[in-house]
Amino acid sequence: MKTDDLIKALDADARSKAMPLRLAWWLAAGAAVVVAAAVFMMTIGPRPDFMVAAHTMRFLSKFVFTIVLAISAFALIRALSTPGAATGRAMAAMIAAPLLVAVAVVLELFMVPQALWGTRMIGSNMMICMTFIPLIGIGPLAIFLWMLRYGAPTRPVLAGAAAGLLAGGLAATFYAAHCFDDSPLFVATWYTLAIAALALLGALGGRFFVRW
Amino acid sequence: MSGKDEAELSRLMRAAIAGDEKAYADFLHRIAALIRGFVRRKIVQGGVDPEDVVQETLLAIHLKRHTWRQDAPVLPWVYAIARFKLIDAFRRRGRRIEIDVDDIAETFAEPETDTVSERDINRALDGLPPAQRSVVSAVSVEGRSIGETAAKFGISETAVRVSLHRGLAAIAKRFGQGRFGRE
Repeated sequence: MKTDDLIKALDADARSKAMPLRLAWWLAAGAAVVVAAAVFMMTIGPRPDFMVAAHTMRFLSKFVFTIVLAISAFALIRALSTPGAATGRAMAAMIAAPLLVAVAVVLELFMVPQALWGTRMIGSNMMICMTFIPLIGIGPLAIFLWMLRYGAPTRPVLAGAAAGLLAGGLAATFYAAHCFDDSPLFVATWYTLAIAALALLGALGGRFFVRW
Repeated sequence: MSGKDEAELSRLMRAAIAGDEKAYADFLHRIAALIRGFVRRKIVQGGVDPEDVVQETLLAIHLKRHTWRQDAPVLPWVYAIARFKLIDAFRRRGRRIEIDVDDIAETFAEPETDTVSERDINRALDGLPPAQRSVVSAVSVEGRSIGETAAKFGISETAVRVSLHRGLAAIAKRFGQGRFGRE
């Protein structure tokens, strides 16, 4: 088949329609929130003293970290799934969430006596944390990887890792409403590990599943 | 690449997405020439046929045109896809070389694939289900319109459009997986 013949076929298919990627990403994000919320409510649900806890800085800070991560990863994955789009700014913005956690950790180390650092870090929920962040995030991750196939990422492994960070940020936001361990020391350790696991899974998905 | 070219190509692509087939044909021909120049500059050694990469890139541009933001310039988007497909072609070629080493006799027996009939896209086309293959061939190689193709096979125009679109998507998928023949 000559290239001119191929162009005839492509031109004849000009009327086939697909949803613009930008719109599709917002729908996918909505679907992912619904899936994560459903899994969360059907399994662990929010902690009973949610309203009381909502008045404490440590509890609220968890949502700041996870929501900032989710928002920055969402911007990054949209740029990475569009060929030729600038990704520099979105990549730089990914430092925001780790930076906020680092600042909170330093503050915590100043406020809490050294003897309690270990207890705060180990907490009482690390197994639940390590189980439920990936469990809540796996459905959203599948949606985001499928979206990467719908898009056209020229760096599929990196885009897959961003999908994992986005799924992780979303899942951790829900999980934070359940968990009693509010210390930044706990968050910096176990949330990070659980989200990193999702990012690794996403990178593997990007390598083997995201072909276009 | 001049700013005027860019503005004109973006305008054509916007018209094409709005349903203007004439603008789309114009866009594709001009983009094909640009991609051909780009790919030929990049392929300095043999092994990868530039025209295979041009064709694979055009298919990807067509099937992924919903990823172009209409307020962004179109050429960076086109070249990003071309670069990705070129790297992919080199990667696949590397894999094929490994396979060839296992069977040296075949390597010697097979002449360099250079003729039009030996194109990757033809092998991908041959692997399609018969209905899709005949529709894609009719519209491309035989140059028939959608209406003429529908009359030829005695099916509706909608059925022709569906087969054409699925056939093109299947060809692109086979390119991406480096599989060209029948399974």
